[in-house]
Amino acid sequence: MLTFAVRRLVLAVPTLLFISFVIFMLLQLAPGDPMAQVPLTVPPEVKQKMREALGVGEPALVQYWKWLVQVFWTEPKVFIDWATRSSGLLGWLPDTQLYQDELRVISWQTRSPVMDTVIQRIPQTLWVVGMAYVVGILIALPIGIYSAYRQYSVFDQSGTFITMIGFSIPPFFTGPLLIVIFSVQLGWFPSIYDTTHIVNDWASFKFQLQQMILPVMVLALQTTAQISRYMRASMLDNLNQDYVRTARAKGLSEAVVVTVHVLRNSMIPVITVIALNVPAIFGGAIITENVFKVNGLGQLLITALFASDLPMVMTITFIFAFLIVMFNLIADILYGLLDPRIRYD
Amino acid sequence: MTDPLPASPAPIEALADKGPLAPPRSQWKDVWDQFRKHKGAMFGGGFLIFITIAVLIGPLIWQVDAQKLDIRNKDMRPIWTALLDSSAKVSWTRPFGTDQLGRDQFAQILQGGRISMAVGWAAMVLSLVIGTTVGVLAGFVKKADGILMRLTDLFLSLPILPMLLVAVTLFRQPLRQAFGPEGGMFVLIVAIIAVTSWMPTARIVRGDILALKEREFILAARSIGTTPFKIVQRHLLPNVLSPIMVSATLGLATAIITESALSFLGVGFPSDFPTWGKMLADAVSRMQQYPERVMLPGLFISLTVLSVNYLGDGLRDALDPRIRGR
Repeated sequence: MLTFAVRRLVLAVPTLLFISFVIFMLLQLAPGDPMAQVPLTVPPEVKQKMREALGVGEPALVQYWKWLVQVFWTEPKVFIDWATRSSGLLGWLPDTQLYQDELRVISWQTRSPVMDTVIQRIPQTLWVVGMAYVVGILIALPIGIYSAYRQYSVFDQSGTFITMIGFSIPPFFTGPLLIVIFSVQLGWFPSIYDTTHIVNDWASFKFQLQQMILPVMVLALQTTAQISRYMRASMLDNLNQDYVRTARAKGLSEAVVVTVHVLRNSMIPVITVIALNVPAIFGGAIITENVFKVNGLGQLLITALFASDLPMVMTITFIFAFLIVMFNLIADILYGLLDPRIRYD
Repeated sequence: MTDPLPASPAPIEALADKGPLAPPRSQWKDVWDQFRKHKGAMFGGGFLIFITIAVLIGPLIWQVDAQKLDIRNKDMRPIWTALLDSSAKVSWTRPFGTDQLGRDQFAQILQGGRISMAVGWAAMVLSLVIGTTVGVLAGFVKKADGILMRLTDLFLSLPILPMLLVAVTLFRQPLRQAFGPEGGMFVLIVAIIAVTSWMPTARIVRGDILALKEREFILAARSIGTTPFKIVQRHLLPNVLSPIMVSATLGLATAIITESALSFLGVGFPSDFPTWGKMLADAVSRMQQYPERVMLPGLFISLTVLSVNYLGDGLRDALDPRIRGR
């Protein structure tokens, strides 16, 4: 198991390098010029100098190498410095001071390090997306279990219908729909997610809950649809197995048979699906963040794209790719850990 | 002279069939019978055919130009709002109302449906062709297997939506110059959706081909000297048709949603060119006064995708011989 994990981890490195190379080369084809917004009165040779200052003048491979060094060498140093200087967890360690003013990945829009902006945006995305995912799973599991246990019952049929709807209605429709119903007609929840809101007392906590409900509902609908389908299928596979009959025959109660014997075995594929879907949720959050004006990672990517801010786009896309590769790895390892029948040798 | 022999010996009595034989059943008849039992799939298939015909011949019947600006008749409400609110500005000549520039919503829905369906079908077919080719090659040609499957894994680990956004913004300009504003966008969106969605098909087809190619009928075909190309064409492809058809329906659904999502994010078709996603996106800012402008295109997207999903569900049951006949 350990050798498998290590081998996969080592294999993930060339995969990620290759993906980053593909994204970089794709971005090199971009027609957008970072100097497009500079006034025409600026002479061309000055513009050329400005381009070189941004690192655009150099050959593509050199640019790629510099990006790699910045992301994989300089940024970790900055992060370790931050962790030992001001984070609560490792703040007791002496300040490492690894970062000696090397060039970091600089955004063309804001002229500030890309990673700082990304770190600012991550909490919003994690709050909304992560909460939606947890809520979705918590709703989906009981639905899946019960509709498999009572297959073809009214509950199962309506559950199937609702999950079909969840699959079919895109978030850019459910978002406006919920806004029309709950913020325009009923006026219960705000339609815009206010990220500057600070929770410091009971009233502000209530407001935070209220503004989170709509985006979480939109994202959770999709999660629920998918996970409950998997849960149902996996439960159905297990409910017809011989060991279930044995468990019933030796006189165990239905509750024990279903929740202990069947559920534990059915959770194995479901957990890997849950792990595999985490990056997809980040991707889907781009649209939801756009609808509810959450200034998270997805919104950052969209604005960077429209401003042809290539370092920002490159880094965020790479972060998404990194998440996908990592969660694939986590899913594989989890599968091996949970299911003793699976051996990776 | 000898008596002529009887043309055929008389049938042995005990082996004769007692009653009339049941007419032979073909595989597709079985599939159809199973498919008919799935009510959702029948409804889905019916709705898909209805919407396809509606957007194909609708603009020929409802001959109002979807792009025509009619500023005097702007912001009309759909005809059914008159039931609730008699003072609403409605007209039978504009059954779905008009938008803020006076463009007829009904014509726009038809026109937009045409684009959305065309993009969906084209992207689905293209992605199936890529996926099936890669899958068949990987399954049938041993040397190509490793590299093609690594390629598939690589594509699977690309973040799809960000990559789509990146690719659309990057290639918009050159393709527009080559094919015109609408044609260029069509080619681009179809190609990009296809290139980013063929991987599941390829994986399924490869797995099936790997299992099929060890079977005796392939050995028999090979032993009578069938060329590899003919084996693929006559023996392998018909056998992997059912998973391909199921992934075709899924592909159609995702292609329609992806196109609408791109239009919604503002990187889709040009602004004067209606698609369902674009209409929805344009209407969101006026959603409080005119909720129907969001609801109508959204409803059409959702219903189409819902019917395609139900169709796929029914097809999966009908084409699986283990489920069929139960």
